[in-house]
Amino acid sequence: MSVTAVGARATPAPRVAERRHPPRIGKSVLLWLGVLLIMVFCLFPFYWLINTSLKTGADLSTANAFPPHPTLDNYSSIFKNDDFVKALKNSAIISFTTTLIALVFGSFAAYALARLRVPMKFLLLAVILSITTFPPIAIAAPVFKLWTDIGLYNSYLGLILPDLTFTLPLTIYILTSFFREIPRELEEAALVDGASYFQSYYKIVLPLAAPGLVTAGLLAFIFVWNEFLFAITLTSSANHRPVPAAIAFFTGSSQFEIPLGTISAASVVVTVPLIVLVLIFQKRIVAGLTAGAVKG
Amino acid sequence: MAAAAETVARPRRRRSGLSERRLAALMIAPSIAVILLVAAYPIGYAIWLSLHQYSLIHAGLSRWSGFANYSDALWGNHSSDFWNAFRTTFVFTAISVALELAIGLAMALAMHQAFRGRAVLRATVLVPWAILTVVTAMTWKTIFDPDLGFANTMLRALHLPGGHVVWLGQSGYALAVLIFADVWKTAPFMALLLLAGLQVIPEDVYDAAKVDGATTWQRFRLITLPLLTPAILVALIFRTLDALRVFDLPYVLTQGTNGTTTLSLEAQQVLVNNGIIGLGSALSVLTFVTVMIVSFLYIRFVGGNIRALAEDR
Repeated sequence: MSVTAVGARATPAPRVAERRHPPRIGKSVLLWLGVLLIMVFCLFPFYWLINTSLKTGADLSTANAFPPHPTLDNYSSIFKNDDFVKALKNSAIISFTTTLIALVFGSFAAYALARLRVPMKFLLLAVILSITTFPPIAIAAPVFKLWTDIGLYNSYLGLILPDLTFTLPLTIYILTSFFREIPRELEEAALVDGASYFQSYYKIVLPLAAPGLVTAGLLAFIFVWNEFLFAITLTSSANHRPVPAAIAFFTGSSQFEIPLGTISAASVVVTVPLIVLVLIFQKRIVAGLTAGAVKG
Repeated sequence: MAAAAETVARPRRRRSGLSERRLAALMIAPSIAVILLVAAYPIGYAIWLSLHQYSLIHAGLSRWSGFANYSDALWGNHSSDFWNAFRTTFVFTAISVALELAIGLAMALAMHQAFRGRAVLRATVLVPWAILTVVTAMTWKTIFDPDLGFANTMLRALHLPGGHVVWLGQSGYALAVLIFADVWKTAPFMALLLLAGLQVIPEDVYDAAKVDGATTWQRFRLITLPLLTPAILVALIFRTLDALRVFDLPYVLTQGTNGTTTLSLEAQQVLVNNGIIGLGSALSVLTFVTVMIVSFLYIRFVGGNIRALAEDR
């Protein structure tokens, strides 16, 4: 039985073994063109950013594909900029603290959800996943009022807490699915030998789930590092302002001249570590990203 | 089966620490407490704030105003701003998600092919995802600068029309740049979700179709698409949820000028720039409700996954 061939694309029925053979020239040229297009599409803007960051003065007003007089001046000036250095420090403190809290609390909750009897487990997980879909503005608006009333406006804690709104549920959800992958038999042996559930959690499950912890931790860290709405709504001075807010406000610093070279250098500085992390932990990140999104 | 294992394990567990139930409660409690504090309480408080009017002159002075802020937003003084933001958000979402699906699917199909250097391609598509959204916005703003930007310089050099367009300075074009920037940042992410869906389609289905003489196009239309549909739907809902919340891109690219104010941006500006707490909260709650309707669909759709996670083994 054969499927009716469609128009000119009709090809004789190939044998199965042919699948192992290299694809025909036309197809492979098309594929490589596609690949090239995707690479350019994905990388060009980042290249442009680096290109701009290496230009100063009059070179900035040209759209040259290569910097005519490449210089690292923008980079040295960015590290002499107090506000930017402060922002880096602020972002580091806020991101690390939030990630740590999310991992500790999240791994407790995830262990209970993955392994222990918890009433209304489905409802809990559904609520946890739906929190990750909240629009941040719905949190930022009341928190803005609350923080100004109780004095948490412009503070690290004032950013860490709302950042947990999204990172903690995300962490719980990812870790629950990772913990469930760990064979139960490993734990049962320990439980029969008299270990408590809590001992089995931190001596057996946690070490085995290290890749899951890395995934959840990275995603939480990237989320906080990237977070912008809370950052600009809940801070008003450079003292506690994290990187994305600082970069956005670079433009406002001088009304007549946009310090394009410096902004670009700052952008490269805060992006490169993230790209490196993402490339190193590529597989883990993709696994984590698809955890909540792939229909089983 | 499971019940038998329970009875065997139970006496041991009693001797070694807390009961299972109490331990579970203790382990979940910190997260529940944090979630109540940072998610449930703010939403409740936002609703409370949205039902009040706040004095701009005397800080802390407020009075109950019922649904006045909502009627103001929906059909009162503020309604044109609200409905403009609503329309912008939905136009932005519909077009960017549709483009992301088309481009993401093409990318996923390319990434699924076996060829040397596939790993490099898969790594490359993560780059846009890894770049901070604020930086993405800054970069496209630079590229679409009317005089010095790469886009116009290229158009002028190639004698193509549009070389003098002030992209971010006109409505329509500004929204188009916004959509373009979003598609650039998230189409690769869409591609990764779809690739995960492609990878679970068994290879022998294709082999069988080839034996039967199906063309590439037929294999795509009759095998790949139907089997990929669940993954496509989840990716669509997932991206729709994200697009409806968009804030960073319009904030940095246009500050909401030229018809690019989205729901989140509108609420944030009313709240922070204008300091109108009651109306700002009402707008936030309206944004919340809009997004949650889509979120409900999403949870319904991935309900099977959640049920699998929740199932006691």
